[in-house]
Amino acid sequence: MRELLGNLKTIAAGVGLPLALISGLFLQSCSESNRSTANTEGVDEDVAKAVYVAPGKHDELYSFLSGGFNGQVSVYGIPSGRLLKVIPVFSQFPENGYGYNEETRPMLMTSHGFVPWDDLHHPKLSRAEGMADGRWLFVNGNNTPRVARVDLTTFETVEIMEIPNSAGNHCSPYPTNNNEYILAGTRFSVPLDLAKGGMGDASLEEYKDKFRGSISFIKVDKDKGDMELDFQVLVPGFDYDLANGGKGPSGDWVFFTTYNTEKARTMKELGASQNDKDYLAAINWKLAAKYAAEGKAHEMPANYYHNKMDHGTHKATSTIKKKVRYLLPEECPGMMYLLPAPKSPHGIDVDPTGEYMVVNGKLASTLPVFSFSKMQKAIEDKAFDGEVNGIPVFKYDAVLYGEVKEPGLGPLHTEFDGKGNAYSTMFVSSEVVKWNVKDLKVLDRMPVYYSPGHLMIPGGDTKEPYGKYLVVMNKITKDRYLPTGPELVHSAQLIDISGDKMRMLLDFPTLAEPHYAQGIPADKVAPNSVKFFKLDQNTHPEAVKKEADASVTRQGKNVKVNMTSIRSHFVPDNIEGVQVGDTVIFHVTNLEQDWDVPHGFAVMGADNAETLIMPGATQSLRWVPKQAGVYPFYCTDFCSALHQEMQGYIRVSPKGSNVPIKFSSGEKKSVPPPNGGPSSAGMN
Amino acid sequence: MNKLSRLLMFLAALSLGLLFLSPMWKIYLKAPQYPEGLEMHIWVNKISGSSESVLQNFNILNHYIGMEPIHAESFAELKIMPYIVIAFMITGAIIALAGKWKLILYWVILLMIGGAVGVLDFYLWLVKFGTNLSPEAPIKVPGMTYIPPLLGRKQLLNFEALSLPSTGSLGILLALIFAAIAYYVSRKNKSKEQTLITT
Repeated sequence: MRELLGNLKTIAAGVGLPLALISGLFLQSCSESNRSTANTEGVDEDVAKAVYVAPGKHDELYSFLSGGFNGQVSVYGIPSGRLLKVIPVFSQFPENGYGYNEETRPMLMTSHGFVPWDDLHHPKLSRAEGMADGRWLFVNGNNTPRVARVDLTTFETVEIMEIPNSAGNHCSPYPTNNNEYILAGTRFSVPLDLAKGGMGDASLEEYKDKFRGSISFIKVDKDKGDMELDFQVLVPGFDYDLANGGKGPSGDWVFFTTYNTEKARTMKELGASQNDKDYLAAINWKLAAKYAAEGKAHEMPANYYHNKMDHGTHKATSTIKKKVRYLLPEECPGMMYLLPAPKSPHGIDVDPTGEYMVVNGKLASTLPVFSFSKMQKAIEDKAFDGEVNGIPVFKYDAVLYGEVKEPGLGPLHTEFDGKGNAYSTMFVSSEVVKWNVKDLKVLDRMPVYYSPGHLMIPGGDTKEPYGKYLVVMNKITKDRYLPTGPELVHSAQLIDISGDKMRMLLDFPTLAEPHYAQGIPADKVAPNSVKFFKLDQNTHPEAVKKEADASVTRQGKNVKVNMTSIRSHFVPDNIEGVQVGDTVIFHVTNLEQDWDVPHGFAVMGADNAETLIMPGATQSLRWVPKQAGVYPFYCTDFCSALHQEMQGYIRVSPKGSNVPIKFSSGEKKSVPPPNGGPSSAGMN
Repeated sequence: MNKLSRLLMFLAALSLGLLFLSPMWKIYLKAPQYPEGLEMHIWVNKISGSSESVLQNFNILNHYIGMEPIHAESFAELKIMPYIVIAFMITGAIIALAGKWKLILYWVILLMIGGAVGVLDFYLWLVKFGTNLSPEAPIKVPGMTYIPPLLGRKQLLNFEALSLPSTGSLGILLALIFAAIAYYVSRKNKSKEQTLITT
């Protein structure tokens, strides 16, 4: 049909206006049958200009959207909503071999073994002086508790650390204003065995007495970004949901929302929704670090993996850590307080001045805003209303700044524009609500489609937001795009927040389920982007830096192929002497030293994936042939005009055969080349 | 030879030093896939380019049409030329010190010949690389040769090649100009002196 219309249009253009009109009618009637029923109310005619990034032009901002259950991070350009990259973090990625090839498999090792998936919720950019600095992106793995670091010069995952004593790393990862610490709180409390380490055994009926939560303090190396688990604070057995760091006057504090302070263990949708108020936990991280340094910390056995990618070898190695230090709040006065917060709060967001803490009580009818200065005064005045596990609980009124009345239904998250306004998502009433932080008055409402979860203003969680755009990530898609069967993508919407009234600009589909996002002006990241790896800095032990050094060697049942790739051939491309029962490892070095010339490597019957090798890097694919035969291998990434010719054969002989190891690339010519020039036979 | 011409001659010798500070010739390549362009820089003693691996990238592109790979080691000129330039610099300085004005003329003539031989040699290499194509080349365009331009612009398949002398060559030009002025000035002085003696 499209073709027909295209033809019609072409004819119309040739024949003239009357036909053009007819075909126009045709188009109209056709799109009629396909018409979207989705709501387009409030979308101005001229919004296209605001999001149109002309071919060849770049976007104004990078945004990093978490992928939720795909375990990845998606990078989108803002304002165009164009997908720029998918960064695999906790999930295997057959597209480039991440988690399949020998170099990256150790990244996904945990104390539970090889875990090639996770539920990635919250991206947070590294910070300098309270502002995103564009060096690293920290993300959490919710299911098998992990925190990962993505290097924004390569957009690759370079470090993954497992979090011990945690069961569901949801409340994570939250950096302090200069990455002094990344904080990670557990969603599920579990019985902890302080003597033997790790999770202990307990009857579920003993929840109230034996279950505890933990908040991890991960130290970050100032220059390299390397993480190290410094200590944990063992906290009461609630669910820890989300967190955010203070800034300015509250810069020493981090705030955590809690729910299930009822300590229910079953049917939590009811059991955890009984108390009118749960808590916002406030922890003075500087004081905690001081207590830990001053010997207040205990030590317990632990067992967790720390996986790091080496810069030079591009190989990940795992180390297993056997100890963890912990602090008990009851032994550390002044370190932790609880603020009563209505009701089963979800997001906690601190405004750019650092004075106001907005708690999004998803089941509450109002949106409470707490005051940091009042909290300081309440500490001085000891305005407490009892304590929990030795942790003082403030009187609600002593710390409350005020409440936003009738904000909407089901507030989940809030971000700020740097002009004194806050924007909150309302899951149930499906809208974004703009309100003034000082006078707590609602200023504007924008319906969004449908049921927003997180929202993101670039820098909206820092001290100076880039208050021009807002990205809202919706949980329900339904009719927003052409239907694709029962399973739909999630949908994000871009809203212009530069004026008094919000302006809806764009819908764009997102991968899996984004939970949160980060945005940063492009000039903070783009200039540092690596174009290719320098071959002479490649320290991979199996790297081959010139074709003459390529080799095939047998060590017992293992055959090692040290191979090179360059446009448009592999060396060697003829291999013999492999037998059924051997394990072959192809170590492929991409000799290219130019931008955007990756070579892929795939071999028939491989039960893992292909691997995509960036210029100057070495990657290794394990292959165990099951039957005798001659197997082709080839380059998977269209690299050049002769890409289709970039292939070779590996001969697998029956077990016990006497075919010797033999390898070559190109044939020696019998006739010397004309003009007596240096021989370019075979490979050049 | 008076002070001025000695100074000029000295400057002439010194100008040749530019050959060690910047390339003599640059070849620019542009193609749809290379918006950033590829540059090959020809020095008196080496071949470099707009990026570290430019030769490798040139060779990769050229191997499709069967051009022989370019390696700095295959040019004996790159080993000899620096000595010739240094020899010119030293002899130039000696002439300036010794004040033998007639020698300037020989120095200039020799330098001009040297320069011309250099350009000719360069051109012959271009012809050799452009025409001596492997019969096994994957891409063969009947009748097509790939001689890059010696000077100016030329379209070679998807590449637009531009070839221009660079700052290093300016050193030779300056040397010639300074030396020529030095010669002119000292000859004038000489004839003045002679007039004085004869009168």
